[in-house]
Amino acid sequence: RRTGEMAQDTAADGDVPQLQKEEEKEWKKRRRRRKKESKTRTVRSNLLLPGPEAEKPKRSPLANNRLKTTKYTALSFLPKNLFEQFHRLANVYFVFIALLNFVPAVNAFQPELALAPVLFILAVTAIKDLWEDYSRYSSDNEINHMECLVYCRNEKKYMTRYWKEVEVGDFVQLRCNETIPADILLLSSSDPDGLCHIETANLDGETNLKQRQVIRRFLELDSEFDPLKFTSVIECEKPNNDLSRFRGYIIHKSGKRDGLDKENLLLRGCTVRNTEEVTGIVIYAGHETKALLNNSGPRYKRSKLERQMNIDVLWCVLILIVMCLFSAIGHGLWVWQYSEKKPVFNVPGMDGNYLSPVLAAVYLFLTMIIVFQVLIPISLYVSIEIVKVCQVYFIHQDKDLYDEETDSQLQCRALNITEDLGQMQYIFSDKTGTLTENKMVFRRCTVSGIEYSHDANAKRLAMYQEPDSEEEEIAAKGGTLSQRNSVSSHQSIKVVHRSLSTKSHRRTGSRAEAKRASILSKHTAFSSPMEKDITPDPNLLEKVNACARSIEIMRSHEQPLSQLTPELSDIFDFFIALTICNTVVVTSPDQPRQKVRVRFELKSPVKTIEDFIRRFTPSRLTSGSNSSSSSSLTTSKSMNRLGSGIFSSISTESTLLKLEEKLAHTAQMNNNGFSLQSGRRAIGSRPEEEELRYEAESPDEAALVYAARAYNCALVGRLSDQVSVELPHLGRLTFELLHTLGFDSIRKRMSVVVRHPLTDEINVYTKGADSVIMDLLLPCSSDDPRGKHQKKIQSKTQNYLNLYAVDGLRTLCIAKRVLSKEEYASWLKSHLEAESSIENREELLFQSALRMETNLHLLGATGIEDRLQDGVPEAIANLRKAGLQIWVLTGDKQETAINIAYACKLLDHDEEILTLNAGSLETSAALLDQCLRYIESKFSNNAIDKTAGNMTVGFGPLSPPSSSVNSSLGLVIDGKTLAYALDKTLEDKFLSLAKRCRSVLCCRSTPLQKSMVVKLVRDKLKAMTLAIGDGANDVSMIQVADVGVGISGPEGMQAVMASDFAVPRFRHLEKLLLVHGHWCYSRLANMVLYFFYKNAMFVALLFWYQFYCGFSGSSMIDQWYLIFFNLLFSSLPQLVTGVLDKNVPAEVLIGVPQLYKSGQNMEEYQPHMFWMNMIDALYQSLVCFFIPYFIYYDSEVDIFSWGTPITTIALFTIILHLAIETKTWTLLHWSSCVFSILLFFIVALIYNVSCPICYPPSNPYWTMEKLMGDPVFYLTCIISPVVALLPRFLYRTLQGTIFPTKLQLGRQLNRWPLDARSQILNRLNIKKESIPQKLPCTEHSSQDPQSNASDSFKACKQTPTSEPSQHGYNPAFPSCTRVEHKTGLSVTVSPAGPLLCGENKHSSVTNSQEQYLEFDKITHNASEMESMSVEETFPWNSTIDQSGFSLLNWITSTPLFSRFGRLLQLPPSQLQNEVQGNVSVLGSTSSLYQDFKGLTGKNSNDF
Amino acid sequence: MKNKDNQSAQESNPRCPDSSAFKQQKLPAWKPKLTASTVLSSFFVIGLFCLLVGICLILSARSVNEIQIDYSDVCLNCSKLRESSSNWDKECNCFAHFTLQENMPGDIFMYYRLQNFYQNHRRYVLSRSDAQLLGQDVNIQNSYCAPFATYPNGTPMAPCGAIANSMFNDTVQLFYYVNSSTAIQVPLLKNGNSWWSDKNVKFRNPTSYNLSSAFAGTARPPYWQKPAYLLDEKDERNNGYINDDLIVWMRVSAFATFRNLYRRLSRTNQFADGLPAGNYTFHITYNFPVTKFQGKKQLVLSTITWSGGSNLFLGIAYTVSGAVIVLAGFVIAAIHLKRRKKKTYFQRHPK
Repeated sequence: RRTGEMAQDTAADGDVPQLQKEEEKEWKKRRRRRKKESKTRTVRSNLLLPGPEAEKPKRSPLANNRLKTTKYTALSFLPKNLFEQFHRLANVYFVFIALLNFVPAVNAFQPELALAPVLFILAVTAIKDLWEDYSRYSSDNEINHMECLVYCRNEKKYMTRYWKEVEVGDFVQLRCNETIPADILLLSSSDPDGLCHIETANLDGETNLKQRQVIRRFLELDSEFDPLKFTSVIECEKPNNDLSRFRGYIIHKSGKRDGLDKENLLLRGCTVRNTEEVTGIVIYAGHETKALLNNSGPRYKRSKLERQMNIDVLWCVLILIVMCLFSAIGHGLWVWQYSEKKPVFNVPGMDGNYLSPVLAAVYLFLTMIIVFQVLIPISLYVSIEIVKVCQVYFIHQDKDLYDEETDSQLQCRALNITEDLGQMQYIFSDKTGTLTENKMVFRRCTVSGIEYSHDANAKRLAMYQEPDSEEEEIAAKGGTLSQRNSVSSHQSIKVVHRSLSTKSHRRTGSRAEAKRASILSKHTAFSSPMEKDITPDPNLLEKVNACARSIEIMRSHEQPLSQLTPELSDIFDFFIALTICNTVVVTSPDQPRQKVRVRFELKSPVKTIEDFIRRFTPSRLTSGSNSSSSSSLTTSKSMNRLGSGIFSSISTESTLLKLEEKLAHTAQMNNNGFSLQSGRRAIGSRPEEEELRYEAESPDEAALVYAARAYNCALVGRLSDQVSVELPHLGRLTFELLHTLGFDSIRKRMSVVVRHPLTDEINVYTKGADSVIMDLLLPCSSDDPRGKHQKKIQSKTQNYLNLYAVDGLRTLCIAKRVLSKEEYASWLKSHLEAESSIENREELLFQSALRMETNLHLLGATGIEDRLQDGVPEAIANLRKAGLQIWVLTGDKQETAINIAYACKLLDHDEEILTLNAGSLETSAALLDQCLRYIESKFSNNAIDKTAGNMTVGFGPLSPPSSSVNSSLGLVIDGKTLAYALDKTLEDKFLSLAKRCRSVLCCRSTPLQKSMVVKLVRDKLKAMTLAIGDGANDVSMIQVADVGVGISGPEGMQAVMASDFAVPRFRHLEKLLLVHGHWCYSRLANMVLYFFYKNAMFVALLFWYQFYCGFSGSSMIDQWYLIFFNLLFSSLPQLVTGVLDKNVPAEVLIGVPQLYKSGQNMEEYQPHMFWMNMIDALYQSLVCFFIPYFIYYDSEVDIFSWGTPITTIALFTIILHLAIETKTWTLLHWSSCVFSILLFFIVALIYNVSCPICYPPSNPYWTMEKLMGDPVFYLTCIISPVVALLPRFLYRTLQGTIFPTKLQLGRQLNRWPLDARSQILNRLNIKKESIPQKLPCTEHSSQDPQSNASDSFKACKQTPTSEPSQHGYNPAFPSCTRVEHKTGLSVTVSPAGPLLCGENKHSSVTNSQEQYLEFDKITHNASEMESMSVEETFPWNSTIDQSGFSLLNWITSTPLFSRFGRLLQLPPSQLQNEVQGNVSVLGSTSSLYQDFKGLTGKNSNDF
Repeated sequence: MKNKDNQSAQESNPRCPDSSAFKQQKLPAWKPKLTASTVLSSFFVIGLFCLLVGICLILSARSVNEIQIDYSDVCLNCSKLRESSSNWDKECNCFAHFTLQENMPGDIFMYYRLQNFYQNHRRYVLSRSDAQLLGQDVNIQNSYCAPFATYPNGTPMAPCGAIANSMFNDTVQLFYYVNSSTAIQVPLLKNGNSWWSDKNVKFRNPTSYNLSSAFAGTARPPYWQKPAYLLDEKDERNNGYINDDLIVWMRVSAFATFRNLYRRLSRTNQFADGLPAGNYTFHITYNFPVTKFQGKKQLVLSTITWSGGSNLFLGIAYTVSGAVIVLAGFVIAAIHLKRRKKKTYFQRHPK
């Protein structure tokens, strides 16, 4: 049957013009060429018998679906693992040393024994790798043995097969809720529309359902899809990891081809939802699937501490070489001094000949390297890895980092940079979803120029602020239907989140997918009760009801709807737009597998011109409006063919003309539509209002739909061709959905084209960012009163929009356009052309969308609140106190971003804000220069102040270098300016400006810019950067930063996948950094330092001995002790301390965030500390060597009886040293120390009795036993550690007493009495306190010539502590304004107007006057708000002109726009010339700005 | 309330971490703080303890009697003779006289002392075969003994190695002048000078019906004058590898200047209480050359105490460090008092 159709197609194409054949040829040629380059993959059905034609000419073997993520096989494990381990330089070094031991001339130890430590370390690593590989293997196995249905040629039906047996070209059938085993091209679906819904949570974490489409040609098949008859060949691109792209063609037997895109592809790891059954052919399998190609595995970063450590390791190498050289030269001299005398103890070589001094020295050099090898800490790397694993474990286990709501906890995805968390200097944060919840809640709206403030809604939202009240509230209010539903959906949210968190293992789509498929049987949208239960504004609700009533009346009276008042009709359209202008899918909770179907006709959106004709020809009316679906299907089919026939012969223009004529006659269609609808209503609406669930692609959409539902405009069903809306009084209306022009970030809007059932007009509903919509509105002439009214509405709406932005709401404009049939027809023509074009389809579609979205009629605007996450302001405040500079990089608009920044305390109200908005590179440069100069002038004063402050406080040495951060400044920069600022020529200026600001806010920034900013700071400032974000747009930033943190939020797992750490909430960052980061850093820093000390101290003992043994390389310490000292005897305590020591308790670290600075300034591990430790090691080794030396001097002691006490002493000293450095002693610390010492003695005792001859060349028999009967041994072991550790102990004591560090003070905080505690806190916070004192106060108001402004001005300027006398005449001081920000109040411009603060200042060039425009006091006056209009702003201008002050824009094309404060400055030289031409553009709101636009003309910069 | 929350949370949320003290890093802990007030007492306690021990040690070390006689200069002619290895078989005797001013009571130990003899040289230390010394029949070719393992003709040395080869082989006898003309030999014990474990476990002669047959097929080390089985012909228990002199020598010294126990005074007759005051003479058969390495040889007669020999260092170390610690304690106390005054001042006058 299918072939028949194909034949028909071919027949229809019989007279395909030559052109097409040409094209075909061309394409084939291209294909051939491509094949040569092997850029494509050809997939054929595996069911085809390998005929001569179908034979594939030696195609490269395609991966099958077997998953193999293991690195090793049983055979390859040893060589491969060793090979990998030897990539680590340290291992090579140690093996080299061990092998050196096998050379007889230089060997120092028993060669086999020397191998022991290296083998031990290699073995530990190998076992770890083996274990990891085994767990990978078992999870692979589990996945490989999952089952799916594959079509089998012999059985002629679908058979159950394992996943691993699936191959490219197989036909796979999937049922609902099954996980997709490979990348499959969708060929058939049980869905009548050929749709398949999939959930991609495994892949990207997005929980909403996505639609996938059967290839169109297969959709048109009438019968069941039969794989046996599939003869087409699929050409597609090679496997790649781009999830959002898939390109290919399917070539049918007839030679026809269809384009394939990602809409046709089911990706491995996704889950089939809402669709009974789908069938497809496997395109990519196994490791070539996009899901697996996207798994890059864990990342290995090297932490800053480790980098620093490696430098010190190199120093150790240098020291080692120096020591060896010294010994070698010494030995050479020693040998030389005996020259010819040949003493008996100078043993000749094996051959009996004496070595020459030079040769002896060379051999000795190598021997010494072996003897001193412990100086390079062999176990350091292993120990660090162990400690880090334990640290990660403890971070995982922290209850405080667990989020109950989402049941997710912190995940460390990078195991080896835990200590970097303690050294962060910059935090780059995304805003939406990171600082905010990304739970969009409808907050307020304006329709037709009237604001509905939704006060009750605001109150309701405020109640949710209490995190715990949520559940209780539901319980209390429960009972109503909606409440019950909200509970259920709330729970389902939890289910989803649990699944989200389980998935975040390394490899999506493979390991977790199997388990999660079962968990995730339910699906949800973004909905919590908070988002769903919107309290309607009574006024608006009243109006909606009135509107619906009147429409009802009109309809019953068969009056045209145009009689509705404009306001009511706007309201009506507004809600219709809210309801239908989206891509929300409706499901019902009771039967999640079924879409709610209210299907009247089987139609797809207008896809072809014939479809359009069919739908709009009167014949449809005559054929009966109640035509059954089946008949319409067949007719459409037949018409389809017919139409194509017609169209191939007749020119389209003429057809359209005819159509238009016909359409003109369809005036009575209204009536028809009415009756139709009323008839259907009876059928459609069910008695019980079933709760519907909305699944939206973005939370904003869901919020709007829920908002509309609150006004009883409920979306009840969406199919690909129609949308059903339940309206008050009107019942269910079904809109015929003609087109959906999806949202994209360039257009920043989306539209739907529908046919209105009541008016039968073609309406375009558009929703989008205010900035774009406002420009697309129908220009209204000011002559006609209606246009004037419209204009007024627009300006009012714009004002409200600004107001919303001030409140931190996300704004969307809703607009509508009514299309005439003719317009629509002509648009459709071009649109279809665009759709069918192959070359630059995207571009054409974009143009097409642009054509549709013009001349809009503004309906209203909405404000959606994206609530701050719990604890964000506190976390930010604390992090900032910790000395972290926080930058927020957001794609949001400036106003919204600034307001969120205020809300989360990123910006302070007494903070001065520099706003950079520039239109070109030059202006950006000038702007940056100006700001820098300003800051510098301010800063020079600070410097005086600071020294004074330090004198009084006496806290000089402790002030960190970051004190240069001028904490009174905030920088706001928009995307465009940022692009210029990131230019090579400006980046330095930008950085020097930015680093002096307390906080930086980058608005409208693209993902690339985000990562560029991070990179800039990381590379140029050499700072430690942390990027935190939740969405795909943050991925690049997260990857660039030293530490990337992902938030496992609703926006998907992409950020988490790219991150090093994933936290459930932003606030968890606080504890992660301040406590765990600090601990990890301080633990590791101390451990590394201790390691260096320990090894150096031990090796130095051997070195000193060389002076007494003729530099012959002999060691008094038995080789066993030498080799196992690090590995066994002294390793445990340092590991325990490295894992468990807490230098400051967690509460104190949180309570006094300033302590974090110790990590930033690397206070615990500074380069000089390495040398201090080395010197201490030197001293201690001298003590530990020479005390026994002198004690046993001139006695009959033998070499090992003397060496063993030294080993014992060294062990005691080393452990006691650690004890001094340990700050917290738990039972584990005690036991590890005791255990180590006991272990040494036990090993020594056993080793010394076990065998008298087993350990040549050493013969330690009975040594320890003998020593333990000798009181001198004990006396030696007591006095040496005491003397060795006395200086350190004394130093620590004195330092703790006289000049305790902040950390030491913090440690003591808990145990002190209250008053003392506050005193300590004072000392700790002294830095912070001194900052306000340093703030220069720019109080020039007294000099302000405009006395009337001075009062309000003063109000803006006052800072708590001020030294006005000093700063009154600061040069180049713009004024800082303080804006009082109160949510819920309207903003208006005070009658006083802009405050003009002229000021005498001295300029470096002349003494001319420069004017500063102090601008924009924003007061809050709701009553004035109403009366405020655009016109009122114009008098300002006259004020400005009359004032006599030359108010000059610094550069005219730079609007220097700031909502809060403005600084305008003109260099004196320019003053005269530019006075006339320039008018400063100052606006507190963008509306003002826009109104001024006329004045500034083209100079102004659109922002 | 919070606890209850946690519990319920754990029940409903399997991913919620345990709240055990260990996992939450809240184990009970002792948090010492190193400040003046806390460490003051320990400074004084440790300091005083060290002082006390130090004084005891000094007193006990001073009770040791010791006399050293350098015979490198006395026996110049002998040492000159020994400089040439061709004279190895010529016997050379010399005498060293000395006078004890007081009686030396108690056990007297006689040591030989070598200076500048690097017995701790790495290759020297290694050059031995413990297995051979344990009487086992081993192929010493593979041991560390080379080049003192075999003669060019393949005859193995017994004992092999540089240590054994260079064994101290001067013979010393002590004579006591009862009056100015008659000297009697002071009885000295050759036995019991080595560690019990060495003598009984580590060293053993190869088993055979007699000692000389046990050493058949081997040759003496090149520097030796007589084979190992003739080291002490009079005493079977002190011959061969278990000869005390050999055992003592084989326990290589830690330093280049060292002493080894040579003989003990047999406390019989008039020497029952030790050595009486008077004139003595060492009768030395000079075999061991030291001039090659600018070495010196001494003979030492000494008593010992529980704390070792006459070395005062341990006592001084204890005393000095005890004093320093006590001193530091005073300094800390002073600082502490001063700071406390200041602190109270601050507390009284805030800011």
